[in-house]
Amino acid sequence: MAKARRSREPFFWALFSAGGMLAALVLPALALVLWFAWPLGWVEAPSHAELAAKVGHPLVKLALFGFITLAFFHWAHRFRFTLYDGLQLSHLYGLIATITYGGATVLTLLAGYLLWTFP
Amino acid sequence: MSQSGKLIPSEVASRKAANPRYQLFHPKWYRPRYPIFWWVEKIAYLRFITRELTSLAVGYAAVLLMVEVWALGRGEEASHRFHDLLGSVPVLVFHGVLLALLLFHSVTWLNLAPKALVVRLGRRRLPDRLVLLGHYAAWLVATALVVWFLVGR
Repeated sequence: MAKARRSREPFFWALFSAGGMLAALVLPALALVLWFAWPLGWVEAPSHAELAAKVGHPLVKLALFGFITLAFFHWAHRFRFTLYDGLQLSHLYGLIATITYGGATVLTLLAGYLLWTFP
Repeated sequence: MSQSGKLIPSEVASRKAANPRYQLFHPKWYRPRYPIFWWVEKIAYLRFITRELTSLAVGYAAVLLMVEVWALGRGEEASHRFHDLLGSVPVLVFHGVLLALLLFHSVTWLNLAPKALVVRLGRRRLPDRLVLLGHYAAWLVATALVVWFLVGR
C-alpha cells in the first residue's frame, strides 16, 4: 500500500497564522514611528550610532529575523489564495505556490544574510 | 444494472458490443462562470478582497525593515539618505495608504480571534467578548513596547 502523503497545508497555515498575529500586534506601531513620527519630526529620531547599537543587539537581530520571516510567509500564503480566488487562477496552482513560497524563502535568506552580517 | 443504480463493467461491455458508439454518460459539474472582477459587485466582497490584499502591506513593511537594516549597516550617510527618502511627500502619502491597510489587517485579524480561539476554564467557555478584549489588550501592550523600544533612550 502506498504511504499516505501528508498535506503541507497545515505547516504553511501555521506560518501564515503566526505572521498574521505578529503583524497585527506590532506593525501599526512600527510603521507609525518609522514611517511618520521620525520623518516628520513628531519625536526626535535617534542618532545613527544609537539605532545601530539597538539593532545590533543579538536578541533584537533574532527577533527581527523571526518577525520578517513570519511576515513574508504570511504574505505568501494569503496572497497565494488571493490570486486563486480573486483572479480565478486556481489552475496555476503549482506556479503560484512556487512563486509565493519561493519568493518568501529567498527574502528570508536575504534577511538572514543582512542581519547576520550586520555590524 | 446493479442495486445502486450504477452500471457494472460487464454490462457496459455488453452494451458496447450491441452498439459500438455507446458510452457512459459522464455528468459534468455545474460551474457557473464568474467575471474576473466579481469582487467589485458588492461592498462585502470589496471588504473581503481588501482584507486579503493587506498581505501586500505586511510584505512591504517587512521588505522596508530589511532596507532599514541594510542602510544602517552601510553607514551614517546611507542611513540619512534613506530617512530623507521616507520624509518625501509621495512616500509619506504612499505610506499613509499602507498604514491604513495595516490597521485594517490588525482590526480584521483581532476581530476573528474569538472564532479561532476557544478558551475553556474548566467546563465553562470564556465568552467571546473577553477573548476579544484580551487580544486588544495585547495589541495595546505590543504597541507600547514597540514605541518604548524605538523612542525610549
